[in-house]
Amino acid sequence: MTFRSLFGALAMAACAVTGHALIAERALAQDDAAKGIEQYRKMMQDDPFANPGLLYVDAGEALWKEKRGTKNVSLEGCDMGKGPGVLEGAFAELPRYFADADKVMDAESRVIWCMENLQGLDTKPIIKGAFSKRGKGGSEMEFLASYIGSLSNGMKLKPQLSHPKEKQAYELGEALFYMRAGPHDFSCETCHGVSGTRIRLQDLPDLHKAGVDAQKAIPTWPAYRVSTESVKTMQHRMADCYRQMRMPKVGFGSDAVTALITFLAKQAEGGEINVPALKR
Amino acid sequence: MKKIIIAASVLALSLPAAFAIAGEASNEALQKLIASSWKDPNSKNPKGAKPDWASRLTQDGLQKSCSTTRNSPDNATAERIKADAKASIVYPEDGKFLGDWKSGEKIAQNGRGLRYNDKVDAASGGNCYACHQIDKAELAYGTIGPSLASYGKLHDFTDAANKATYEKIYNSHAAIACSNMPRFGTQGILSIQQIKDVTALLMSKDSPVNK
Repeated sequence: MTFRSLFGALAMAACAVTGHALIAERALAQDDAAKGIEQYRKMMQDDPFANPGLLYVDAGEALWKEKRGTKNVSLEGCDMGKGPGVLEGAFAELPRYFADADKVMDAESRVIWCMENLQGLDTKPIIKGAFSKRGKGGSEMEFLASYIGSLSNGMKLKPQLSHPKEKQAYELGEALFYMRAGPHDFSCETCHGVSGTRIRLQDLPDLHKAGVDAQKAIPTWPAYRVSTESVKTMQHRMADCYRQMRMPKVGFGSDAVTALITFLAKQAEGGEINVPALKR
Repeated sequence: MKKIIIAASVLALSLPAAFAIAGEASNEALQKLIASSWKDPNSKNPKGAKPDWASRLTQDGLQKSCSTTRNSPDNATAERIKADAKASIVYPEDGKFLGDWKSGEKIAQNGRGLRYNDKVDAASGGNCYACHQIDKAELAYGTIGPSLASYGKLHDFTDAANKATYEKIYNSHAAIACSNMPRFGTQGILSIQQIKDVTALLMSKDSPVNK
């Protein structure tokens, strides 16, 4: 398959997905809608080339290997936790404590750290544009997170909680998960505290306990989101939940987000990495 | 006997104190984490928003009580929460609880308001369908809260039920301490008129909810 025909197939798939989502939202009864989306997701998964997120993986690999910054080096010397340049299985063990930065980092904040310290890149514009706008074809963070995540596909999520700072991140993440605040009194637990519930038609994973819901929901970010026609990352998922919770904008790669991801990774322990997955 | 009572009360007093100390230590770390992760919120989010952005990072008494007890407060705390919630309710000046159900339906459908991407001065919606089934014709409803289909009919359209419904929307903690539902009136999310309109959606005999 040539790149052009692949792209055409992807564009058609994206259109079909969009149309399907609209039909599902507006016309079908909720059970049919849920089934329809699930069926489409399965079709896409059965055909690995139908997932538009794969373009992000390729773009991420190119970026990872590109010499950039004041030091004119690639990210291939970046230690994602398994040693410099080792990406296989690294994502499955994040977030983790990094001695060089003396803090716990998730995949995305670690990439930012490597850009700054290894490459000498100005990361301000990269952070500012980290969550791509609809139709803009993705951001550097979305590309890199997809690429790094994909190199742990098929592996089980293995949270790192042996270092005191990892334990502290977990405890703070747990406290944040239950922290009700803002005009609506929402905490993460408000929506993610009971299994089998949904907002409108969107199924909600129960993340207050370790188990299947978390195992399905957490190791499948970054994901290609059918509703936004783009790949969204875990940083975006956390930030967008806080937006819906009526909280102020949370910092990209901030310690609060890392703490939450650390807590959620523990809830999802043993879940299989599948990145970028397909989500509604 | 007296000694036992004294010993017991000393124990009862010292236990919560010990918890409070442990809680304060992690609370200090939590506050530090929040301050470093949401830097300068009032300048980085839309100006003029109410409540202002910085204040949203500080929990009020109810939020603290419900967070630390994970929404299962002890009886005494629950009674205090209910009483405070009840005292916060402002009733309609005309004494009427039912507004316009058609406007209520629009409010129930509208999920906008108070987010950083929302217009600061536009009226907020109630977003009731996000969590509740209401008019059965609306299939895209959430299930975090109970179904409110046929709500008025099931409550015999009584005046007492009208009032109780208004109160639940205004501040649901008056009925259920540490309820998941936002305090729409107390927190100023909806106006008194909007709450009357949503009450009408649920309780009015004309409302499709009761057809």
